[in-house]
Amino acid sequence: MPADPKAVLTGVHFLNGDVACCEGALAAGARFAAGYPITPSTEIVERFASRAPEVGGVFIQMEDELAASIALQGAVWGGAKSFTVTSGPGFSLMMEHVGYAAMTETPCVFVDVQRGGPSTGLPTLPAQGDMMQARWGSHGDYEVIALCPNSPQECFDLTIKCFNWAEDYRNPVVLLMDECVGHMTEKVVIPPAEQIDVTPRHLTDKRPGDYLPFKPCDNLVPEMAHAGDGYRFHITGVTHDERGYLAVTSQAQDKLVRRLCDKIRSAADQLTLVEEEGTEDADVVVVSYGITSRVAERAIRMARERGLKVGKLRLITIWPFPENRVRAVARRVKTLVVPELNLGQMVYEVERVAGGLARTVGVTHAGGGVHRPEDILAAIVEGAQ
Amino acid sequence: MSDNLMLENAALQVEEALPESMNPVEPFLRSERIPHIWCPGCGIGTTVNCFARAVMDSKLDPNKIAVVSGIGCSGRVAGYVNLDSFHTTHGRAIPFATGLKLANPELTVVVYSGDGDLASIGGNHLIHAARRNLDIKVICVNNLIYAMTGGQSAATTPESCTTATSPYGTFEPTLNLPHLLEAAGATFIARWTTYHVMQLAKTMKEALLHKGFSFIEIISPCPTLFQRRNQMGDGLETMKFYKEHGKTKHGADTASLDMTKSGDIIIGKFVEKKDRPEYIDHMREYYTQKLGRPFEYQVKTC
Ligand SMILES: Cc1ncc(C[n+]2csc(CCOP(=O)(O)OP(=O)(O)O)c2C)c(N)n1
Ligand code: SF4
Ligand SMILES: [Mg+2]
Repeated sequence: MPADPKAVLTGVHFLNGDVACCEGALAAGARFAAGYPITPSTEIVERFASRAPEVGGVFIQMEDELAASIALQGAVWGGAKSFTVTSGPGFSLMMEHVGYAAMTETPCVFVDVQRGGPSTGLPTLPAQGDMMQARWGSHGDYEVIALCPNSPQECFDLTIKCFNWAEDYRNPVVLLMDECVGHMTEKVVIPPAEQIDVTPRHLTDKRPGDYLPFKPCDNLVPEMAHAGDGYRFHITGVTHDERGYLAVTSQAQDKLVRRLCDKIRSAADQLTLVEEEGTEDADVVVVSYGITSRVAERAIRMARERGLKVGKLRLITIWPFPENRVRAVARRVKTLVVPELNLGQMVYEVERVAGGLARTVGVTHAGGGVHRPEDILAAIVEGAQ
Repeated sequence: MSDNLMLENAALQVEEALPESMNPVEPFLRSERIPHIWCPGCGIGTTVNCFARAVMDSKLDPNKIAVVSGIGCSGRVAGYVNLDSFHTTHGRAIPFATGLKLANPELTVVVYSGDGDLASIGGNHLIHAARRNLDIKVICVNNLIYAMTGGQSAATTPESCTTATSPYGTFEPTLNLPHLLEAAGATFIARWTTYHVMQLAKTMKEALLHKGFSFIEIISPCPTLFQRRNQMGDGLETMKFYKEHGKTKHGADTASLDMTKSGDIIIGKFVEKKDRPEYIDHMREYYTQKLGRPFEYQVKTC
């Protein structure tokens, strides 16, 4: 369905990634955001606070991130599209509610603009240290979808994708930005509303009495209803049956939690977004994501100038991990080089998939800046030998 | 009156005024989920009876009432009411309810949970929701204990009580919830015990119809983990205690409402204010003024 033109700022703009993310959320139909200020993400909700009243939406500044991350889910069950925005310490506080969204299959979007950690870390400087937290941060088995933009344009485009996939899979979706991408200002093209595809909520057309809030359709995803629609349904974070009623047995747990994971795992290929270039005859492929992919670009150019055969594989989808694409590349090359602004996170996923097919080499950086292209280049040179 | 008769009387008072001889609260309960998990003599079920009665008397459309609970024995209420209901996380029922109400202001949103859930882990949310005067109705079943986890002491446990985590007795000062709520800005504040069922049902109805942040504290027995451990008898003994020590003082100064282990329990409706604007009403007016045109509130778009 096309976007509501009321909230779409069609045109060519010069925006930072945070603002572009907010415009993406508005275009995707978000009319509710709950937040708690934290650098370097705050500009997103500041923008939303100023734009929301113009389009009949609400921004509420909650008393903490625990509140923000569940207020947005209350809003979803009331019929809104909604999101919250945070960074490291706040993302840690939100973890219980990422799990709640996964368990209750609440379609919603969490934006994490990553900064250096652990703890307060580097409040104003970039890192990519929350990649695993986004996947594993809440307790128990569950799956998230997580996307990682490397430009303000992608902050706009991928935010819309996050909202759409949240609806399609009734699942929390995380946009993993970083301080650089959030604060970088570039050209952002916002298309006319009718060219923006917005996924409507998959509401049931069953009658009250026939509707079961956790009975999966063929794609393993159940249909939704809203409070006030007359269904008188029950939602709980406790292990539950298809009616949503508590069922605290290992059988009910197995059935529910496997489905929650399978609905995402079985869609992994549809959910895979990557940018691949020059991998056909490469000896080395640089696997990167977010801001690091732009530094990697430079290192790849430098390596090619030296006559090395280097390709790039940029992960746009982080979770579910694009295994098949990484494996296909690993079959053809000697070495996969994985630079990231952490001391080794996605590199182990790459290694898991590439093991036995290609060598995997990480290029670490503790955060606070970006890599020197020379450091990535050195890994490429070594990997080509 | 014999003890048994007295207890029955308390329960019957609710039923008497009802039109049919069938259990009148049935349409408001998920009968397929009965029997419930609550212990014999527990007060939570009594409060639910009163709530069902209040919903009925309020004449509100039950399809437009949502109940949001946190975690605990009291937090299980959401699972038993035949309304749209949300069993959330420990302490976070109020912020969930905040999002729900903001998305669809047509809904009557009730938060139903325990003292530990609302006043300790969720205490910050309680304060801020009262400050905003958002129109949600908070029903706090105060059994003076963390029951579900086995009877540990709470911020509401009076001094000198034995609990699972205070084997030598509690010595921390307790929280006076009505006083806290008044300071924070709640516009409807009341307290009853589970003995005072008629009054409770009536007050619940009033809260359902009040526009603004409403808070009802219900002093309720947990015979299994509180009364018995403190040699205070069973559910019935506690009813007698509530009857003798419950002192109705409408409009009482909320600063005077501290609870002790064996002293009087001041009950009644303490605060009912109409002068503070409700959050959403205020927001609509405010933005209309700031925008220079009507604020077309439309958060529910799906
Ligand atoms: C984050 C978190 N911490 C702790 C718990 C364990 N827990 C479950 S119920 C409860 C206490 C509930 O006390 P109260 O709200 O007074 O409800 P009651 O059982 O007394 O009705 C606790 C601590 C939890 N579920 N989640
Ligand atoms: S443990 Fe206490 S509060 Fe919980 S159901 Fe039993 S009596 Fe009620
Ligand atoms: Mg309690």
